[in-house]
Amino acid sequence: MSTLSPPIKTHLTREEAEEIRKRLGREPNPVEWGMFDIMYSEHCSYKSSRPMLSLLPSRSPRVVVGPGYDSGIVDIGDGYVVAFKVESHNHPSAIEPYNGAATGVGGIVRDVLCVGARPIALLDSLRFGNPRSGRTQWLFKHVVRGIGDYGNCIGVPTVAGEVEFDSSFETNCLVNVACVGLAKREDIILAEFKEPGDILVLVGGPTGRDGIHGVTFASKTIGQQSEEDRPAVQIGDPFTKKLLIEAVLEALKTGQVRGLKDLGGGGLTCAASEMSFKGGRGVELNLDRVHVREEGMTPYELVLSESQERMLFAVNPQGLSQVLRVFEKYGLSYSIVGKVTEGGNVSVFFQGEKVAEVPSEILAQAPVIRREAKEPSLPADGQNYPTPKEPENLNEVFLSLLALPNIASQEWVFQQYDHEVGVRSVVKPGEGDAAVLRLLEIPKAIALKADCNSRHAYLDPFYGHAGALAEAARNVVCVGAEPVAYADCCNFGNPEKPEIFWQFKRGIEGLAYMGRGLGIPCVGGNVSFYNEDSETGVAVKPSTVVVMLGLIEDLQWITTLALKNPGDCVLVVGETRPEMGGSEYYCEIHRINQGRPPAAEAAREKASLQTVLKAIRAGYVSAAHDCSKGGLAVALALMAVQGKLGLKIELEHVPCRGVTRKDELLFSETYSRFILAVNEENVDVVLKLASREGAPARKVGRVVDDAVFLLQASGTPVIQVDLAEIEERWREAIPRIMEGKN
Amino acid sequence: MVHVLKNVLNVPTELVWHKEFKHSGYDAVVLPGGFSYGDHLRCGVIAARSPAMEEVKLMAEEGKPVLGICNGFQILVEAEILPGAFLPNDSLKFICKWIILRCETAHTAFTSLISEGQMLHMPIAHHEGRYFHEAEALKALSFSRRIVFRYVDEKGEPSSKANPNGAVGNIAAIANERGNVLGIMPHPERASEPILNPSRRRDGALIFQSMVDYIKH
Repeated sequence: MSTLSPPIKTHLTREEAEEIRKRLGREPNPVEWGMFDIMYSEHCSYKSSRPMLSLLPSRSPRVVVGPGYDSGIVDIGDGYVVAFKVESHNHPSAIEPYNGAATGVGGIVRDVLCVGARPIALLDSLRFGNPRSGRTQWLFKHVVRGIGDYGNCIGVPTVAGEVEFDSSFETNCLVNVACVGLAKREDIILAEFKEPGDILVLVGGPTGRDGIHGVTFASKTIGQQSEEDRPAVQIGDPFTKKLLIEAVLEALKTGQVRGLKDLGGGGLTCAASEMSFKGGRGVELNLDRVHVREEGMTPYELVLSESQERMLFAVNPQGLSQVLRVFEKYGLSYSIVGKVTEGGNVSVFFQGEKVAEVPSEILAQAPVIRREAKEPSLPADGQNYPTPKEPENLNEVFLSLLALPNIASQEWVFQQYDHEVGVRSVVKPGEGDAAVLRLLEIPKAIALKADCNSRHAYLDPFYGHAGALAEAARNVVCVGAEPVAYADCCNFGNPEKPEIFWQFKRGIEGLAYMGRGLGIPCVGGNVSFYNEDSETGVAVKPSTVVVMLGLIEDLQWITTLALKNPGDCVLVVGETRPEMGGSEYYCEIHRINQGRPPAAEAAREKASLQTVLKAIRAGYVSAAHDCSKGGLAVALALMAVQGKLGLKIELEHVPCRGVTRKDELLFSETYSRFILAVNEENVDVVLKLASREGAPARKVGRVVDDAVFLLQASGTPVIQVDLAEIEERWREAIPRIMEGKN
Repeated sequence: MVHVLKNVLNVPTELVWHKEFKHSGYDAVVLPGGFSYGDHLRCGVIAARSPAMEEVKLMAEEGKPVLGICNGFQILVEAEILPGAFLPNDSLKFICKWIILRCETAHTAFTSLISEGQMLHMPIAHHEGRYFHEAEALKALSFSRRIVFRYVDEKGEPSSKANPNGAVGNIAAIANERGNVLGIMPHPERASEPILNPSRRRDGALIFQSMVDYIKH
């Protein structure tokens, strides 16, 4: 063993260092310390979160590959599977928003690609601070541009997502990106070394010094000194990625590739040790062969670099030339960096010397840390806040809500993304509650949506997280899809603080509860901790983004939210309760950040979901929308605006429980609620269906042919506004903030 | 693109690798959208120097239909097969949205099935889609009826509000003199099937069908 460089500084705890010495039976050398440093980072090892994540139900007859691999894989029938994954790129985006966000897209695309699936869609979930602050505008603008430039260039449409603004994200913005791929079931490949003697080929961008310690950087809080971490942010190259996508898919067609993994966080070390561990084989890496961007890189830098656009192939030696020809056709650089061996060691050679040798199981299995969880004394504590007086002019309140950044149209964002490329986009951004992509290969469609309500989750992580899963399910049901699986992306503060770990623990318990209740498995996830400002100690509101996959087996079922026919009746499914905590109405109009958020109950949710899904599939529903931010009033308004048709609603008919005030009825964000437009002759049958499913439902009004939006109570107008004014408030709010337009 | 030609219009279509393209085997060529060479240097400028473009030029000279869509249009301009230049959108942002086009002439290989003044729905998706040409040259283009589509509002007027990118004269598509080469910024292939088109029509397919008819006659 050589020690080429002096012992290095690591981020390992003293206990972890001791454990490593014990398991290895000796003192690691500096290169090995570097490898342990990244593999034991929170980002790579999930050492704090693993015990909790195992609570999430992850099986169903459709699940082919569940959590723990690069992508979750779900069978959609006819010999095809959908692979998908969501990941955070919060830390890099907070200090270098353009490249941070762009490489977030790059990374997640590789996760889907490396199971052998063609990436067909991207989603993004973004969280920022106050939209009027200079920092937020800088982050927001460049994150959106980074995602757009990268996704557009590789020809993968960005079809859905969400943006949320809250002051807790001022320092630490959250950038979560999901990728969805399609493959034939028989073409799936896993990140495993299986056959000793297989040749390792490193393909794609050259290795440089960028991104060294990206994962350890992502495993600490952000403060003033974080600016110095900018070299830890990788730089993306979408054109190389496009070549890589086509080359990988063509190389897999040769049938000579037996294992494949992308190089993301943790670089070569992470890819080689995980493939070795999962396949139960060893690996020999020869660093002299790695094609590099800069001279004089040390072994330490070579094994840790997180340079983008790289993939590691394990290739049958007999078919090597066939595979290499594909890379040459696409003009991609590659190097033969080693081979699969018997045993289970990751052995690294440099200039003829062995510079590291560690069993992959020690590298890939960081000891779990049992974190302490303690319920914080949140401001939500009790209900000790003065109930606000009901405003006299609800019309004005309603118009203000429409222009709130969390409710206003996100057109400013999604018009910067090519959401049409690939000729699959049927329900486009803004047209429905979820995106719908028809598949070209089989006569089916998939629905996709990402959801999270951090204000609800902050006040009650259990209900808030269960609610995020329920909302994502509601959204795919609204477009006519059955929710079949989800992936989650957890974003929290510093897990070493018991109050933060409590949020995480309760959040996962909430997800597990709702997943079990609705029978929707989790097929993959990502955990991002340390989303915290080290100067102020302010952590982000707990935000677990749920990315839902829905399946539509008959294209006739596809439904949008726009009202279509004057004379249609409007039905509300699900009852409204006075659950005002965390609502946009409380937070933004009354500045109350307390109270009880909506309760998520699986049985109630299921009754509503089943009612709507069955009604849509029977062909009774001309438009469907769920109630979320801004409540019933906002949901109705968006259906009217999109359909360019008016509404006349009798509020006394809205199913409710415990509601005593009009503002509660209009703006409460109670879960399990839908609005449906139904032809008059089908109203009774839909109401009967709801009753059979156990969902409260009632006809509340009609679609009208003039441009007026009227909500009245016992014949007296409560809200009465022209559609044009609703549209103007809702559509122009974000451009006004971002472009300084008046 | 291949899906639409093959499965929607039933045209025998091959995706050809850029190093292997020879003009002689084909009746028409489509340069699809995308980001050739990652839009490095300037959109389309590197692809315009590809040997494949020499073959495309030969096809254009032979009078065979040559259709450039989005980045394909940018490549045709960079290769000087079509006149003009592209600037970044006046919003300085990438824009993806559905717009309305008005057909200005039916006398091209791609518009014989479309009547003059007819309005079509299609999406745009570009960052450098602002067509530009000097005033004198524009007059000549207009005089020789080579402006094929303009961006218009719902009333069919080429208003500034209907112009998504600041293109001079609201120009969305132009042709060569013979009318067998068309460059178009919007994406007809994304508007060729009712399921993808919010107006539930197949506007984009009219362009491809015209091209097929032209080949047959």
